[in-house]
Amino acid sequence: MSVLIDEKTKVLVQGITGRDGSFHAKQMKEYGTQVVAGVTPGKGGQDVEGIPVFNSVAEAKDATGAEAAIIYVPAKFAKGAMLEDIKADIPFIICITEGVPVLDMVEVKTALKGKNIRLVGPNCPGVISPGKSKMGIMPGHIHKPGPIGVVSRSGTLTYEVVYNLTLNGIGQTTCVGLGGDPIIGTRFIDVLEMFMADDDTKGIVMVGEIGGEDEQLAAEYIKKNVTKPVVGFIAGRTAPPGKRMGHAGAIISGGDSTAEAKREILKDAGVAVVDVPDEIPAIFKEKLKL
Amino acid sequence: MKIHEYQATELFRAGGLPVVQGRVATEVYEAVMIAEETGYPVVLKSQVLVGGRGKAGGIRLVKNKEELEDHFAQLKKLTIKEYPVEKILVVKAIDIKKEYYVSVTVDPAKGDVVLIASSDGGVEIEETAKTNPDAIKKYYLNGKKDIDEGSWKPFIQSVFDTPELQAEGTKVFGALLKVFFDNDCSLAEINPLVIDGQGKIYAADAKINFDDNALMRHENLESLRDLRYEDPDELEAKEKNLSFVKLSGNVGCIVNGAGLAMATMDIVKLSGGQPANFLDVGGSSNPEKVLNALKIILRNKDVNAILINIFGGITRCDDIANGIIEAMGQLELNVPLVVRLTGTNEKEAKEILAKHDITTFSTMREAVDRVVALSKK
Repeated sequence: MSVLIDEKTKVLVQGITGRDGSFHAKQMKEYGTQVVAGVTPGKGGQDVEGIPVFNSVAEAKDATGAEAAIIYVPAKFAKGAMLEDIKADIPFIICITEGVPVLDMVEVKTALKGKNIRLVGPNCPGVISPGKSKMGIMPGHIHKPGPIGVVSRSGTLTYEVVYNLTLNGIGQTTCVGLGGDPIIGTRFIDVLEMFMADDDTKGIVMVGEIGGEDEQLAAEYIKKNVTKPVVGFIAGRTAPPGKRMGHAGAIISGGDSTAEAKREILKDAGVAVVDVPDEIPAIFKEKLKL
Repeated sequence: MKIHEYQATELFRAGGLPVVQGRVATEVYEAVMIAEETGYPVVLKSQVLVGGRGKAGGIRLVKNKEELEDHFAQLKKLTIKEYPVEKILVVKAIDIKKEYYVSVTVDPAKGDVVLIASSDGGVEIEETAKTNPDAIKKYYLNGKKDIDEGSWKPFIQSVFDTPELQAEGTKVFGALLKVFFDNDCSLAEINPLVIDGQGKIYAADAKINFDDNALMRHENLESLRDLRYEDPDELEAKEKNLSFVKLSGNVGCIVNGAGLAMATMDIVKLSGGQPANFLDVGGSSNPEKVLNALKIILRNKDVNAILINIFGGITRCDDIANGIIEAMGQLELNVPLVVRLTGTNEKEAKEILAKHDITTFSTMREAVDRVVALSKK
């Protein structure tokens, strides 16, 4: 099994006529994702890579039965795109867009309240269930199906982790990129819970970084609820305090948000915290007898 | 983005907040004019974008013109945490009877805007948070942009004890919320909010941070940026859509993605090297970005080896390779370059670089070991 998406998930792409949207719609389709519709207001009736384009999410949903949306629109339109999905009751939304204003995300979070809708991102690489479906911008070929669930706040660093697993013959159930912004739709705990409930996921990799307190909350959750082996990596041990390191959320603002503090808290929760991503495969080989 | 107190004060004034009478001065004659308008005593407040200016002697109370001239001259010679004082805010001194703390910010975990207030002290708020957390009151807006009458009363009553102050406080908090939302702030803070001998309420300080992601829709705010507080290389990087932070080491790093860029610096350090910088070229990088990145890194004379670590996803490795070749043609590259490329179009990239005798590595560990060894030669 996998979490969040599989080969049956019908996906619509918002911003499909844009540079990134069209490129990745094609890549996703080639990977095997069921990309059933694209949405760009005013461009309904066209098609991109054989994918029909609609003027609105509601129209696309009615015509194709799309049940998941992925957003590639520029930052100033990202809020509108997310709100449109929520209004159309699309149950699963991924927002790839980087640079969404924080107060826009407050509006989106408010609109999500009381709805049974899951948002991943913004500012994230997306989600992939190897061999089944890819909703995102990650290179598909470095993944392979297998027993490890990967959850991360980063993009390329996740690829690094996955690449090391795959090189060592260890595949993945699902890899989830949460995104590097302070306000995001899905957090570590949400995904840890999904991985615990998924029988095929035997082990978990958690990739965190400086800033915020999500790793601390995750550590508390792991201590109480997670019985599968967890390996952790935290980026930013050399990051100076008070400086934003690329991601809007990656800034050391107090003692608890440093990489060292997070590493200690995770170790204390029983997580095997590594120094270099290439140390991860050996730990699973030993713990899971792979 | 941070702005000075005097700039935040002007935004507060425009938003209808009860700021203290006064203005900013650069020259002593301006300060004297302002003091004559407001009447003595006045407070001289050094305008710096770093904390701890009070402890550094950056705030002075003066009773007359002679004292003003004397202290103004002293402040103009002052340097607070390496930043020389250029501008001084001159405001009428207030006879403070009580101090409060008030701020509006975003609580990322809740995804909501929160108003924070405390009647216990103002300036020592961090201490209060530790010793008496119950004295800090929070009001969540639940996704709204204004006070909700129903839930407001218990909150405002927990902060102010008289109906008069509660009414005044409600006006102040409402105005502060408006400033916060109108300008896409990440923080709007009054510390302290004070009550004077006549029971009047004043914002005796003003602090505003803007959400960098929202500056795109507030072009007018860009002019408030004080460039003296920005590293010129970091500014140039931002203009070129690169994310750059300078560090003190000698191994230059060019990486795609913030997480991988941090991890690369960390592993350089663990392997015995010293990273010279954080540099994220971002996604969908075109060849020109590599050229711009190398230009910025080569300006740092401490750098004696450069690591390019690319994991292609949205970034194509061949774009990076073409950027490296282009840069080598244009720049005088007198430090060794170590290149690691994996992912999208890796094969094409390696072929391009091999033609120019540049060795590439497939794993981060090999590349880091190599660059660290070169940096020690």
